[in-house]
Amino acid sequence: MGPLALELGIEVEDGECLALAGPSGAGKTSVLRVVAGLLRPDHGRVACGDDVWLDTARRVDVPAERRRCGYLFQDYALFPHLSALQNVAYPLPELPRPERAERARSLLERFGLGDRGDARPADLSGGERQRVALARALAREPRALLLDEPLSALDARTRAGATRELARTLREAEVPALLVTHDFGEAAQLADRVAVVDAGRAVQTAPAAELAARPASAFVADFTGAIVLTGVARAEGDATVVDLDGGGTVTSSDQAAGRVAVSVHPWEVALEPAGADAAGSPVNRLPATVESVTVVGSRARVGLVAGQPLAAEITTASAERLSLAPGVRVVASWKATATRLVPA
Amino acid sequence: MTAFRALAAGALAVALAFLVLPVVAIFVDTSPGELLASLGDGASRDALLLSLETTSVAVALIVAVGTPAAWFLATRRFRGKAAVVTLVELPLVLPPAVAGIGLLAALGPQGLAGGLVGDSLVLQTAGVVVALTFVAAPFYLRQAQAAFAAIDPALLEASRTLGAGEARTFARVGIPTARPGLAAGLALAWGRALGEFGATLMFAGSFRGITQTVPLAIYDQFATDFPAALALSAVLVCVSAVLLGSVKLVTGAGPLGVAAR
Repeated sequence: MGPLALELGIEVEDGECLALAGPSGAGKTSVLRVVAGLLRPDHGRVACGDDVWLDTARRVDVPAERRRCGYLFQDYALFPHLSALQNVAYPLPELPRPERAERARSLLERFGLGDRGDARPADLSGGERQRVALARALAREPRALLLDEPLSALDARTRAGATRELARTLREAEVPALLVTHDFGEAAQLADRVAVVDAGRAVQTAPAAELAARPASAFVADFTGAIVLTGVARAEGDATVVDLDGGGTVTSSDQAAGRVAVSVHPWEVALEPAGADAAGSPVNRLPATVESVTVVGSRARVGLVAGQPLAAEITTASAERLSLAPGVRVVASWKATATRLVPA
Repeated sequence: MTAFRALAAGALAVALAFLVLPVVAIFVDTSPGELLASLGDGASRDALLLSLETTSVAVALIVAVGTPAAWFLATRRFRGKAAVVTLVELPLVLPPAVAGIGLLAALGPQGLAGGLVGDSLVLQTAGVVVALTFVAAPFYLRQAQAAFAAIDPALLEASRTLGAGEARTFARVGIPTARPGLAAGLALAWGRALGEFGATLMFAGSFRGITQTVPLAIYDQFATDFPAALALSAVLVCVSAVLLGSVKLVTGAGPLGVAAR
């Protein structure tokens, strides 16, 4: 890995979970490694409570083994030659043998693995491995919890349950927690606040709902799953009208001027057959051509082209009623109040 | 494709026949009775015991010093590392005679470090151990370094975040996870030490009971008593085969492919 510029300041309270979310290669994991002492930056400062762990200006660098971070690795990094119980007991060498086994066993029981103590990692399922790793990370009563993509190694079936369980563990934890994920939904479910990281910088830090509602940039909007269109804004009465690149206009209740990125969430976009009369309050109406229809459970995500690519999320029932298929012409509509403008 | 297949299979058959024939011949020419009788022979027994003793000590030294050294080479990046690795591997390609001369020049009574060791090594059992260690150590070091380097770095990092310093990480995670590779290196080094001839002869000489290991005894008897030399060779083949086989068992490399009878 080449040199990476990391420029961010983050602070996490006791009991709070901050997610570092962003595309891969943004430097999220490097932040965790710097905090844990596994990566030494040229310049930086890391402190936990009153303890300074790293201060390059004062030549302080506490070694990783003395920082007491509970680090959950992406692939869990369980020791393959030790049983689940021995893995959890590994961080407790100073305890007398019986107490050590007792404590490891009670941790495993807390994660519903009381009967799996003798199993080797290779014989555990993905979900069980994740829980053993979590129990191991908590064994030493860490001063901070660091979680690197804690759910990405799990299959879709296990993930929902594991997410709920991890959320519960994080709620119960009384120490600061830093969580790295590339998935905005995961960050929203697990973290109190989300820092969107791009190219080594935290571009916006806020609760997930606020990021989705008021993204500070097109990048954040895109990351939260919103559609992003570009154009030039001009004021028109109380509202702002944007002439889109590639044709068409949209109206927003936000104030802006000049080049902007227009963002709207796919679930705000409704579809009607082409040529239907305008009805109701939506003021934004763009003729579009269906490019793809992807069914996810009871919802269908419809890919559209209206000068620029666009997407709508509607129920499968409405998708059938409109007999949507690639090539069908429709009108996409949404409210001016659901339209966010950010400088492009 | 099939023609090439046949050609490749033929090449393997030729290689196999060539490599196995001398080993088979040793056993064909030695009756079990001769084999047992040779073990009763004083010179042969002395040589076997001495070989067992000196190779054990040499391998123990190699493992004790080589394991942490290989760990350092595998886990650290430093300037000149490539040069250090090359120097460590140099004895692998050194002719045994050159190794013997080198050892004399370094550790002989008039050698570079002769003041330190005096004449405690030359023509002594300790000298045999030194010669064996010199030629066999690179085999272990190379394997051990590769085995440590192949460990998933996340395991070592996990150990550190769980409060274990480097020494505990080395002992509790490094060695257990690299064990198959370490065992393979040990077997290679032991095999090389058992067969060592040239450097031992030049540095320690060939005195019965003191420096005459099995290969030297075989050479000694070859001039006077060919059947005895054959019998001793058969014993050495068996010992080597058992060594190779047990390592393959330990490392789980599958059943032994050695045609020992």
